[in-house]
Amino acid sequence: MNSAWNDFNKGSWTTSINVRDFILRNFTPYKGDDSFLASATEDTTKLWKQVSKLMLEERDKGILDAETKVPSSIVSHGPGYLDKSIEKIVGFQTDAPLKRGIMPFGGIRVVENALDSYGYQLDPNTKEIFTKYRKTHNDGVFDAYTEDMRNARRTGVITGLPDAYGRGRIIGDYRRVALYGVDRLIEEKTASKKQLEMDYMEENVIILREELSEQIKALKELKQMAESYGYDVSLPATNAQEAIQWTYFGYLAAIKEQDGAAMSLGRVSTFLDIYIQRDLDLGILTETDAQELVDHFVIKLRMVRFLRTPSYNDLFSGDPTWVTESIGGVAIDGRPLVTKTSYRVLHTLYTLGPAPEPNLTVLWSEQLPDAFKRFVAKVSIDTSSIQYENDDLMRPTYGDDYGIACCVSAMPIGKQMQFFGARANLAKALLYAINGGVDEKNGTQVAPMFAPITADVLDYDEVMAKFDQILDWLSQLYINTLNIIHYMHDKYAYEKLQMALHDRDVLRTSACGIAGLSVVADSLSAIKHSTVKVIRNEAGLAVDYEVEPNSYPAYGNNDDNVDLIATDIVKLFMNKLRKHKTYRDSVPTMSILTITSNVVYGKKTGSTPDGRKAGDPFAPGANPMHGRDLNGAIASMASVAKIPFEHAEDGISYTFSIVPKALGKDMDMRVTNLVGMLDGYFHDGGHHINVNVFDKETLIDAMDHPEQYPQLTIRVSGYAVNFVKLTREQQLDVINRTFHERA
Amino acid sequence: MAKIHSIETCGTVDGPGIRFVVFTQGCPLRCKYCHNPDTWIMKDGKDTSIDHLVEEALKYKSYMNYSGGGVTVTGGEPLLQLDFVKEFFIRLKKHGIHTAIDTSGYIFNDKVKEILDLTDLVLLDIKHFDPEKYKNLTGVELAPTLKFLDYLREKDIHTWIRYVLVPNLTDQEDAISGLSKHLSNYPNIDRIELLPFHQMGGYKWKELGLDYSLKNTPEPSSAQMQGAYDLLKAHNDHVIMNE
Repeated sequence: MNSAWNDFNKGSWTTSINVRDFILRNFTPYKGDDSFLASATEDTTKLWKQVSKLMLEERDKGILDAETKVPSSIVSHGPGYLDKSIEKIVGFQTDAPLKRGIMPFGGIRVVENALDSYGYQLDPNTKEIFTKYRKTHNDGVFDAYTEDMRNARRTGVITGLPDAYGRGRIIGDYRRVALYGVDRLIEEKTASKKQLEMDYMEENVIILREELSEQIKALKELKQMAESYGYDVSLPATNAQEAIQWTYFGYLAAIKEQDGAAMSLGRVSTFLDIYIQRDLDLGILTETDAQELVDHFVIKLRMVRFLRTPSYNDLFSGDPTWVTESIGGVAIDGRPLVTKTSYRVLHTLYTLGPAPEPNLTVLWSEQLPDAFKRFVAKVSIDTSSIQYENDDLMRPTYGDDYGIACCVSAMPIGKQMQFFGARANLAKALLYAINGGVDEKNGTQVAPMFAPITADVLDYDEVMAKFDQILDWLSQLYINTLNIIHYMHDKYAYEKLQMALHDRDVLRTSACGIAGLSVVADSLSAIKHSTVKVIRNEAGLAVDYEVEPNSYPAYGNNDDNVDLIATDIVKLFMNKLRKHKTYRDSVPTMSILTITSNVVYGKKTGSTPDGRKAGDPFAPGANPMHGRDLNGAIASMASVAKIPFEHAEDGISYTFSIVPKALGKDMDMRVTNLVGMLDGYFHDGGHHINVNVFDKETLIDAMDHPEQYPQLTIRVSGYAVNFVKLTREQQLDVINRTFHERA
Repeated sequence: MAKIHSIETCGTVDGPGIRFVVFTQGCPLRCKYCHNPDTWIMKDGKDTSIDHLVEEALKYKSYMNYSGGGVTVTGGEPLLQLDFVKEFFIRLKKHGIHTAIDTSGYIFNDKVKEILDLTDLVLLDIKHFDPEKYKNLTGVELAPTLKFLDYLREKDIHTWIRYVLVPNLTDQEDAISGLSKHLSNYPNIDRIELLPFHQMGGYKWKELGLDYSLKNTPEPSSAQMQGAYDLLKAHNDHVIMNE
């Protein structure tokens, strides 16, 4: 038996790749409070100071530095260091901290654009190679797109598609690198390939054989990359430092090879705790050492960078990378998966201060230990850097070893991936229903032509009948568009390293999404319960609507008269998506999540029957529209909790901001009430919640004095950002949203 | 039917945990620092059925359960609508919901006693401890409130005392000290809340065309708050000072 595994309880994990089995047999549940935690070491503080300085410089310049010639690969760059003498965990994406690599396999124009926008020039040879000799994902997609797809993309009825950037939302099981060592993983993949020597070589077998070969190459490169830092990862990690370093190397290889929108980490805390606990028990590690290792790991995760274009930044503002780490949750055997390292990772928000990345996500369950619930609630109140997702809701479907990709997308680690599909703009679709498929902004026929509504006052049944028709068209177009994108992504920008850290056969989902849910629900409620007059232009196009404010029940007030409209729409659209054939037999799913694209979507959408004016932002995710949730925070939460998860399995994002006073009179009461809110919301079926606790005045002051708030972190839609990194428009959008001043 | 001013789906400052708060309409007191003068006149209230209120409150049961919260009836003076409060509490108790009343303790009779049998917590506002100043401040006598407090002790009903510190009006040291000593004789008191006067209700007086005598009264400084806190703390364990 491998000596790296000394003192571990053995089980099926020793004979087959099964990290979950290893965790369940070896983790030490922790039910106590945070009093054991150690503060930052001198070295940590020193390192973090250097990083903060670099980040400040980066904020002023836009980016700190960029590669202009050599395309990024697992072995293209490095080694790179911050301060080699004191870094306990090492490795950067390029040869210098915060320097951004280029990944032209997704699209060369995107790379050129992005470099150009920051004043860098793409090397002509590199450009020539990727124009003349090597086709990219982006080229492939546009070769295959139909006219309809181009139109839908142009008007923004479908937007944010990963046709010009990496799709992301694939989580490699980076823990496998530490637990098994890379040689063992190569052996498994080689054996898998051997199994695929079939009598008849049909397309799917050929594809899989080619992919396995790619995966094996990637694993070999991972070893080579680690070697350049002086580490041999061919064998399993033997101690806590190695376990963290090996895991990070796995992740680092992934982010050198791919620049997917969301490059999530998975669920590593409790896994790593097993190594830390073993070293503590052996007396070769102290609590201070343990915290230092975790801090240095997290510093690296905070430094992940990708080169993005300005249009990308509009969609996903604040330079997010979604290094999502899922913490807590409960095992199927009933034991909470909370360990001391769950605390240590959250504690980095104090040792290093608040930060948007890694995207710390607490998997909430009623069965989490009370002390842990109170600890995370306090961290939320202090830092506004945590999001919460409902483990009790997800565990029945995803088991107890899933992670969150990006913001809200659950997937069993190493067993499932998704074809990320951005989102369809349902508010615009509603306007198409009224205008006979003509776009309200540019007047072109986008959807198939049908009779527009000509009445001066909108009739609910008539609108619904036409909306249903439009959604038939939209759902089909949407799935077909995703089929093309992901076919080409697999072909030209396959995630070989991440998939090497998956089982051979994975479950794939086609992760669709919708934007504008609250606009649609309120519009339909206004049409049903109030009087909505149509204002048309000379061409007869409905371009504006007249409706008395507050004359209809609005979503977000816990009123079934409108909340049920919202839930019906979700179900209606999801059922339509389910009808269509998908690429690689992926399972269609849907999210209600906008990231920060609610601003862009709003810009591209004309006035809507709820009284929202053309160009005004939508609410983010599944949030009620700003200023319309008048019954207090809990009523708003209660409305969101009604959205059925079974029809939005890719996640339902809700962002909640409350002033400290409204949570209670002192910290103790605030913690109790926040824990109560989370328990209540999740018990009633809520899926996700971002919690922000601060006064609006803080944000206004930060807009004027960004230099005083370098680490001010806020949760937006499914992720967190440095507030000062948002555009002014987005800052205002955040400030204008409902801040609950009364609970 | 009840005369209701408004509902707050879930409050966090009127009793423990997250609470469904019903503001009733109508009050016999005319406190000079009242921040809800729009709740004074009963006929201004909105007729609301008990069925509706119970149904609404139950929507938030999970939040109440997990946070150790419940329902608080405040106002106005809820005990002006005895039949309503009694029926409402009977219905809530059937669902195991924690009940609280926020009252000045001015109204006290057999019906009030019946309601108190159904009440888990009383938030008793004592506006002043000097009888004359109390009358000047509220327009009514202090004595009924103190009798009310005696009854709460007799029945061992959990009680939170609330005292608002208004500069030049309720900040006399001897009165606060007297109150502090008095309250130390009541083991049923779980906590004393010291609240700072604020100007946020001022605009309502103006809207209602009422003469607001505290227009120029400042909000208490933290030193003033600390002074009052120390006096209350001298004889009582659980004193909470609001920010």
